[in-house]
Amino acid sequence: MSGVMLQRRGFLAVLAGTGLSLAFDLHADASSGTRAGPAQTFTPNAFLRIEADGQIVLIAPAPDMGQGVKTSLPMLLAEELDVGLDQVRVEQASLDNRMGPLQNAGGSTSVAKNWRPLREAGAAARWLLVGAAAQTWGVSRASLRTERGMVIHDESKQVASYASLANAAAQLSLPEHIPLKDARSFRLIGQRQNQVDGPLIVRGAPLYCGDQRPPGCLIAVVIKAPVFGGKPQSDNVFGINALAGLSGIPNGATNAPVIGSRPHAANLDALKAMPGIVDAFILEAKGEVSGDMVSRSVQPALQAAVAIVARNTWSALKARSALQVTWEPTAFDAHSSGGYSAESKRLLEQPGETWRDDGDVEAALKSASVTIDAYYELPILSHNSMETMSCLAEPLPNGGLRLTSPSQFPSGPVEAITSVLGIPKEKIELHIPRLGGAFGRRWEVDFALDASAIALKMGAPILLFTPREEDMRHDFYRPFESQRIRAGVDADGKLVAWDQDRVLHSFRNPQTPKITAEQFPVNFIPHLRIRARMVASNVPAGAYRAPPANLHAFFIESAFNELAYAAKIDPLVFRLQVLGEDRELKDTGFSPTRMKGVLRLAATKADWGDPLPKGRARGIASWFSHAGYVAHVIELSVSQTGVIKLHRVTSAVDVGQIINLHGAEQQVQGSVIDALSGALLQRITLNNGAVEQSNFHDNPMLRMPDVPHSIDVHFVESERSPTGLGEPAYPAVAPALVGALLSATGKPIRSLPLSQHDLSWS
Amino acid sequence: MLEFLLSVNGKQLGAQVDADTPLLWVLRDELGLTGTKHGCGMGLCGACTVHVDGQAQRSCQVPVSSLAGKHITTIEGLHPQGQHPVQQAWLKHDVAQCGFCQCGQIMQAAALLTITPEPSPAQIDAAMAGNLCRCGTHLRIRAAIQGAAATMLRAKAGAES
Repeated sequence: MSGVMLQRRGFLAVLAGTGLSLAFDLHADASSGTRAGPAQTFTPNAFLRIEADGQIVLIAPAPDMGQGVKTSLPMLLAEELDVGLDQVRVEQASLDNRMGPLQNAGGSTSVAKNWRPLREAGAAARWLLVGAAAQTWGVSRASLRTERGMVIHDESKQVASYASLANAAAQLSLPEHIPLKDARSFRLIGQRQNQVDGPLIVRGAPLYCGDQRPPGCLIAVVIKAPVFGGKPQSDNVFGINALAGLSGIPNGATNAPVIGSRPHAANLDALKAMPGIVDAFILEAKGEVSGDMVSRSVQPALQAAVAIVARNTWSALKARSALQVTWEPTAFDAHSSGGYSAESKRLLEQPGETWRDDGDVEAALKSASVTIDAYYELPILSHNSMETMSCLAEPLPNGGLRLTSPSQFPSGPVEAITSVLGIPKEKIELHIPRLGGAFGRRWEVDFALDASAIALKMGAPILLFTPREEDMRHDFYRPFESQRIRAGVDADGKLVAWDQDRVLHSFRNPQTPKITAEQFPVNFIPHLRIRARMVASNVPAGAYRAPPANLHAFFIESAFNELAYAAKIDPLVFRLQVLGEDRELKDTGFSPTRMKGVLRLAATKADWGDPLPKGRARGIASWFSHAGYVAHVIELSVSQTGVIKLHRVTSAVDVGQIINLHGAEQQVQGSVIDALSGALLQRITLNNGAVEQSNFHDNPMLRMPDVPHSIDVHFVESERSPTGLGEPAYPAVAPALVGALLSATGKPIRSLPLSQHDLSWS
Repeated sequence: MLEFLLSVNGKQLGAQVDADTPLLWVLRDELGLTGTKHGCGMGLCGACTVHVDGQAQRSCQVPVSSLAGKHITTIEGLHPQGQHPVQQAWLKHDVAQCGFCQCGQIMQAAALLTITPEPSPAQIDAAMAGNLCRCGTHLRIRAAIQGAAATMLRAKAGAES
């Protein structure tokens, strides 16, 4: 027993610096010191095991939504353990309380958060295996090395597989400190690795939540009011209490919403009579449905809706088409995108709240040699992941739930179900499928709450299915924003004056918008002012890839490009001048040196400065987002009739150590295509309080013929700890694109998407 | 509801569904073939692509009643071991990211190469224009199709020589 205790304390000490405490999971028999007998599973920690048959299993802690963490995180384990990924089986972790925030996929943090803990977990296992060999052969640790799952004693030419050493390794204790590999010894990290699920994906294996069909599973479709937060009209003659006896309050759920069949303005009886329909009812709102304008945190809540439960999807969709429902009026029924735009311009005439005021911006603008005065607008964007919102909720005999939820933060749905539906979290299991894209949308918990509430009422497994139209009209959107920027350079071309007037729609964001009042270009321009106003809107807003840079970079970098153009300064030179001398700014963690590095790298690789014929031009932009530095150069042509042809994108990226070179390139190329698609084609507009778009015919995505053939990615080689790559390449794309158009045509573009503009020129 | 007998991946399979049920939902809900995906329900995204008598079709737009006497191939039946040259090329080039659109992409590409064994880049772009990819794997889709085309031509030349 004491051997186990030493091991436990030693291992916990190793991980103490990470702030985590990982529980042990040693097989009971192994801990008793039995040496003879059948092989037992070697499980030194929550992240890997060697099974009785010798199979090495690595656990992928975080959900894979196409950002490749089911491959890159196991690479960290495999590197320190000294096995190839081809030698192991990778398993997706379920929600595992031992792993804490290591399971969260968002904010481009999975790799950064897991970098040390997973390496330590792999190194600890290798330590024990080497120790077992040393003991067995009576040699020193120092005389042993490992390679591809083998411990090797070169001197005597003895080798032993990890599998053969697992039993003995389980008896050993860990020291206080286990060294990790030097970067120069990496065999896997930094190399190209094909993603582990590839063979399953290309065969159509049932990897996604919607592919699961447990026995007795029913399909649920949820229809929400076109105006966000609206409720179905109800007949007030019947009170809720009077109907409590008729409604479906499930046993054991003391806090469940009242789901009843009280009279309402929906033809639910007619739907229930349709073939294949099992039930149709009103899902009542529960909890706070949307935060107020200034609140940065919105409590999870169940939104009022009509729920249709059917034996198969087509029956549910036909019932949805047959649904007639009258929604209650709301205070937002007259809202429209045109109205938000008019309101933004009206608010700009007011002083607003001052977030920053350095120097004397009005005086500096007056004395500037060249100025610009530009008003920019960005639209609402929908996430449009290829897999629409889905969740499988299976009621358990103990009154709990087994969820298969494609959630970016797996603990989120469990907390929401506890607080809104009253199921204690000990009674909730959450299994993590593959996610068909997320981009921030699956950080939300609405789909898990809907599926769970319906499953508890029906007492049957419920697969929540969302048709594309509902998915596009009931998103947690990238919100709209407008900015007026007045800026000026002095006679030497130095950027001296910057007046930024912002009109925001409040949204939940891990980084409150006010933080941007401390970030670049603050402290880089002597006379600078930032003032903000809020538009009252009920549009549910959420994290969209690279918040808030997915808005902010466009305004700042476009203003830079316009000012450089007006002052006849090369936009690359302009940016290098603004960034100033090489230095590290400890307060903000922003390095002008690294920013200039990627600007120069992108420019060099893109042949910046080489002459181009009329109508063909390059644009440049850069941004520091989610701890990564990225610069893009976009080269395009514009015909005189305004047709754009994208020739080449050149991207320079500095995010520290690259883990999987395939995956890293994919994230940059994917971010570029994503941002081009948004900038060229996409917007969500409102009229009469409701979203006007519904599918890919009126909210299109970039198609193959319009994707550039060259997106060349260049990484700054670095041994800094990795900082993440899901988001940083996204923000600077749109301003580089618009900057190229400015250079090609002389026309500034100040709102997106480009498809709404006439780009013809002469 | 009617009983339909369908030829799917070389097997005769029965399903009791309404006549207007799109093939997509017969596959996913009745026949346990979930490789074919819903992305839009309007034939705009290509995630539901299958082969009907060798031609690429958007299964969300094909009513089950129209399939009498036709041979349906889904991603599960493209190759018995999942090693069609297009599938192999998809692995060699590490095409997928989230993977949700990729079965439709593979089916579309396989149909293209049957009809046009040596497609030009412009022909590839045009043929794949109906398949959306949200993650942005387009560059590798192009490379994989070109690689698969070359492999299939070499195999054909080898078989003929």
